[in-house]
Amino acid sequence: MESKTTLPVQNGGKINKMMALNLLMGAIGIYLWWTIYRVLPDLSKWLTYNLLPIKEGSHLGSSVEFFFYDTPKVMMLLFLVVFGVGILRSFFTPEKTRAFLSGKSEFVGNIFAALLGIITPFCSCSAVPLFIGFVTAGVPLGVTFSFLIAAPMVNEIALGLLYGLLGWKVAAIYLGTGLFIAISAGWVIGRLKLENHVEDWVTQANAVNLTMEEEKLTWNDRFVYGWDAVKEIIGRVWIYVILGIAVGAGIHGFVPEGVMASIMGKDSWWSVPLSVVIGVPMYSNAAGVIPVVEALLGKGAALGSVLAFMMSVIALSLPEMVILRKVLKPKLIAVFVGVVACGILFVGYLFNMIL
Amino acid sequence: MEIKVLGPGCAKCKKTEKLVQEVIKEAGIDAKVEKVSDMMQIASYGVFGTPSVIVDGQVKCTGKVPKKADILSWLQK
Repeated sequence: MESKTTLPVQNGGKINKMMALNLLMGAIGIYLWWTIYRVLPDLSKWLTYNLLPIKEGSHLGSSVEFFFYDTPKVMMLLFLVVFGVGILRSFFTPEKTRAFLSGKSEFVGNIFAALLGIITPFCSCSAVPLFIGFVTAGVPLGVTFSFLIAAPMVNEIALGLLYGLLGWKVAAIYLGTGLFIAISAGWVIGRLKLENHVEDWVTQANAVNLTMEEEKLTWNDRFVYGWDAVKEIIGRVWIYVILGIAVGAGIHGFVPEGVMASIMGKDSWWSVPLSVVIGVPMYSNAAGVIPVVEALLGKGAALGSVLAFMMSVIALSLPEMVILRKVLKPKLIAVFVGVVACGILFVGYLFNMIL
Repeated sequence: MEIKVLGPGCAKCKKTEKLVQEVIKEAGIDAKVEKVSDMMQIASYGVFGTPSVIVDGQVKCTGKVPKKADILSWLQK
């Protein structure tokens, strides 16, 4: 793969050949992907009951089958989603996003910031330079927060997995409510006029704007970008996925039907706040949480409570707070956590009520 | 030649610094590499993402781990 990036750009014929080769490989890849994906249910049954000495219908059997079915399924879905989003992301950079947002008014700005937060490539350890870059360029504080909330909250991995495991409706609800929280929480923070709770050195930082020549990416580069994203992300999250599926498999096989309905069901008013309280200190990534979510839903947990649990695990995390403390005074961090938690509570109650 | 690698110390930043060191060694280039991990200093360079690589005051890459071939091309100018 490495050799592709150094291809001479002027050599058009070679590029076209590479492009054709990429497309051909892509088509074969998708065909293989689909073929394997279709046999997974039978394969997992065969592995569990024929290869291993496990009786059909037992608790253990249903756990093991869940594990053998979900692990390859989740990995395959991740592969496809991360590759696709990687290619999409190669069109966006934080610099372009900032330039676009700096001229926007508050409410419209919040909406665009939340949308761009999903698609702009950025890792949480860059949150501080990004925050400074936005604020010093005149992006309003609330708009900056909409971006920072949406980036982890609406996560392409989560979206892809929800779609694959629970259907498009749940995925759409997650996307819609995640955006709603990012937009409204950012807007509220903007209205509260907390600019003086940003650490003083941030506004004094005279960011020398170093210019960087913009890279011209070919389609080939974009494929490589997508492929790199696959290697990077799957290399990082696979262990969480397997742990998550193992926990999910345990719940699936051993927790009796309906137990979750009493703990995380829609009839108990405290189930949503409890889900948030349990979720906030937990730190996992989306890929690990979703198999647990799938298993919880299967045992009668209400969608609103589960959604609240998932969002508080991935959107509010202690490591991120520690990083942001460098640029935000404690009160602003508290407001940030509080407003986002309120948004999650609202979404949780809403869905427990209407579904 | 002066090379600065900006990054608070996450895995990607460390990898970038290692790659830069390797390229310098392999190509026998005379360069000073400095790791900048202080947030205020990083911010003063006006970059958005870490890890970033700066060669003689010019930002060469931000927000990703560069490839060895790319690093070499920045240093050979």
